[in-house]
Amino acid sequence: MIRRILIAGLLVSACGGNDPRLVEPSQIAGDAIPQPLTEAPGDTHRGKIVFSERNQGHCVLCHVVQGLDAEFQGNVGPDLTYVADRLNAGQIRLRIVDYQLVRPGTLMPSYYRNHDLYQVGEAFADAPILTAEQIEDLVTYLSEMKAHQDE
Amino acid sequence: MIRASLLLCVFAISACQEAAQPSQQSALTIEEIRSGYTFLTAETQALQDDPFANPGLLWVDRGAELFQSTIAGEASCASCHEEGLHGVAATYPAVDESSGVLLNLEGRINQCRTQHQSLDALAYESEELLALTAYIFNQSHGLPANVDISGPAEAAYQRGYDYFQTRRGQFNLSCQHCHTENWGKQLRGDTISQGHGNGFPAYRLEWQSLGSLQRRLRDCDTGVRAEPLPFGDPRYIDVELYLAARSQGLALESPAVRR
Ligand code: HEC
Ligand code: HEC
Ligand code: HEC
Repeated sequence: MIRRILIAGLLVSACGGNDPRLVEPSQIAGDAIPQPLTEAPGDTHRGKIVFSERNQGHCVLCHVVQGLDAEFQGNVGPDLTYVADRLNAGQIRLRIVDYQLVRPGTLMPSYYRNHDLYQVGEAFADAPILTAEQIEDLVTYLSEMKAHQDE
Repeated sequence: MIRASLLLCVFAISACQEAAQPSQQSALTIEEIRSGYTFLTAETQALQDDPFANPGLLWVDRGAELFQSTIAGEASCASCHEEGLHGVAATYPAVDESSGVLLNLEGRINQCRTQHQSLDALAYESEELLALTAYIFNQSHGLPANVDISGPAEAAYQRGYDYFQTRRGQFNLSCQHCHTENWGKQLRGDTISQGHGNGFPAYRLEWQSLGSLQRRLRDCDTGVRAEPLPFGDPRYIDVELYLAARSQGLALESPAVRR
């Protein structure tokens, strides 16, 4: 029995990226992940840095946030300047974690996922793109992006 | 016990192939097909168009010299190909009749070196191979790609298509996500083109050099944090064939200049 699991485990890891899910189905409600991934709350200031910096989230590759101090913001994805007017924190979290859960064809990369990936570069095989802390920093930052800040 | 573990194994393997299934999404229509050239700034276009300034032409000139020259007492390329090789590059990749293997132009040049000249194959991105490839591509400048995807090439074309449509890398994106569904949009400072290979070998300002189409493919795979395939990998030659067929009628521009 133990041997059987071992063999299967070996095969799974040999084909690359079929690791266990980082977010359990029980954490997902509709198109949202309502509960934070970490105990400690996210931080807006850090979230802004994760959003812009090339060696972190680098979300500006595809998204515009008006007024953000970052050159050449991309427009492959929607403008996120007032994203919190459309989406709550749980919805934003799911979209960053693994939008493919609810939109299988989407181009938005899955930032907190290790399973069912293919031909992943050796240097990136062991961890998701962002840590749980970085995701929470982003969720906190983006959740404050409303047209009227006092709402 | 054995049966159960076998079953599990089969499940594990098929689960992993599941993740690599190509999607059957949108395609370019003939009317919208555009060269990467049309997405460049006016300055970069001017550089490509200027026969005195286009840096890629240095490799073409060097290739012309190599083509004429006798190396280690072997017959020169020109001695067997007296008429030159006009229009030939437009038909590549092509299946080699004797071996049944799909060859890109680099592979064909190397086959002539090893089989007809008793010389070693040249490495990808070596100055000599780039020069010869650019020289021969330049003799198809302005012609549309004219590859054969029937008969023995059909399976290779299908594999190339599958590679194009399959998500890969940590970003889990396929070529078609960027080059079919989102061309014209901005990826930071880059305007995403339709991903045609018609300009290659091309001089990329970022490389400060001429480079092969496979070098560009490796850059795109690396960009989605996928493990790039080794130079010359048959899977990339399949993609080259698919790209040539996908570019339907687009004129070859090598040596193009790209950002
Ligand atoms: C490669 C391009 C790309 C990158 C990089 C990217 N996104 Fe996206 N993103 C998209 C696209 C495309 C959509 C729209 C998805 C859809 O509708 O299928 C999207 C959608 C979203 C949405 C939902 C917006 C809405 O109005 O519905 C959020 C939130 C989001 N992205 C956040 C992020 C964050 C945070 C990052 C960086 C960690 C990021 N994105 C990086 C392409 C990208
Ligand atoms: C994340 C988006 C993205 C993905 C995915 C992607 N590319 Fe690209 N590709 C680019 C960008 C950006 C460029 C440079 C600008 C341009 O020419 O499109 C480029 C350039 C190219 C070019 C050169 C076009 C020219 O005229 O110079 C080719 C060919 C190409 N890509 C093929 C591919 C293939 C094949 C794949 C899949 C193996 C792929 N790309 C995946 C973004 C992408
Ligand atoms: C001794 C004669 C000989 C020499 C030398 C030679 N070739 Fe060839 N080449 C051939 C023959 C014969 C073919 C037809 C296919 C075959 O049998 O390999 C060919 C085919 C080709 C083709 C493909 C033509 C087509 O229509 O598909 C190219 C390109 C080519 N050679 C380039 C070169 C280059 C570049 C060199 C020098 C590095 C070279 N050849 C040296 C004999 C030669």
